[in-house]
Amino acid sequence: MSFINYMAREINCKIVYYGPGLCGKTTNLQYIYERTNPDAKGKMISLATETERTLFFDFLPLSLGEIRGFKTRFHLYTVPGQVFYDASRKLILKGVDGVIFVADSQIERLEANQESLENLRTNLAEQGYSLEKIPYVIQYNKRDLPNVVPVEELRELLNPTTVPDYEANARSGMGVFDTLKAVSKLVLTELKRGG
Amino acid sequence: MVNPQMVMYEEEFNEIQTVVDRLVKEANAKVVFIVDKNGQLIAASGDIDNLDTTSLASLTAGNIAATGGIAKLLREQEFAAQFHEGQNANIHIQLVGNRVILVVIFDAKSSLGLVRLRVRKATDELNRIFEALLTKVQTPGSDSPFAEITDEDIDNLFND
Repeated sequence: MSFINYMAREINCKIVYYGPGLCGKTTNLQYIYERTNPDAKGKMISLATETERTLFFDFLPLSLGEIRGFKTRFHLYTVPGQVFYDASRKLILKGVDGVIFVADSQIERLEANQESLENLRTNLAEQGYSLEKIPYVIQYNKRDLPNVVPVEELRELLNPTTVPDYEANARSGMGVFDTLKAVSKLVLTELKRGG
Repeated sequence: MVNPQMVMYEEEFNEIQTVVDRLVKEANAKVVFIVDKNGQLIAASGDIDNLDTTSLASLTAGNIAATGGIAKLLREQEFAAQFHEGQNANIHIQLVGNRVILVVIFDAKSSLGLVRLRVRKATDELNRIFEALLTKVQTPGSDSPFAEITDEDIDNLFND
């Protein structure tokens, strides 16, 4: 649910990075944080365990520029990927405007991707949203690793509705901004429709 | 959509800002701010120059969301108020109309009793303002200012 502030001439939108544990959601945010001008970003907050696993969420506020005199601000959140943090994931999805599903391309994580996607579907449905209606893109991460599933196969399994999808290596930054831009565009297009 | 779109107009913003400014004075607070449940900052007052209000807004909303989750598990409707006591600063967090969050940061110059008393009064006023705002937003004819934007406008935003 975006927030239009006529007083501050601002529009605020919430983007959530979803996906199985260790798929690279936090790494996506870290890369964006490192590569963004200081005046376009706020502080990045990570609520993580001592071993740097996301405990509740990561948060990064970004300014993208102006549209028709309105500043566009995007609040990026990640969810904790580990299965047992489901209650927290549900909370973070509240009021979401756009979702990026980060898939781990490694063969051994194929099932974890499918489970996480199913979990996303269920948790969105609980809030009355559906993946078919909400701005949504997929990122196939870790393409640099040797043991990856071919993109065509991932696409078949994870992207039956052919939403925009991108290959990425979040560590090096490949595909990170492409994914973010794609979902941001969808969110703004949805806003234009009055969603 | 489950929740109606959050929109803030100048008129209501000014009303809210008045309430927030007054609360800073009446409660002897350092900072007062209002956040929506999704973590967007709506208004702030007091000594905010050296404060990262964006981060505070997001964390407060996360806090309220987590507490709401606990309430649900205990079959409570909600925990409407929270209080955290620090060495120098204290923070009082109040849910207003299950829609927005009113946060008061105060030090030894004030007291929890005073803050709670003033917050209660402010909550009633804020409830009324947000109620009116919601009605206004839902009135047909209040079109999105973004209905007019073009695909080109959106593309331009992403030109490096």
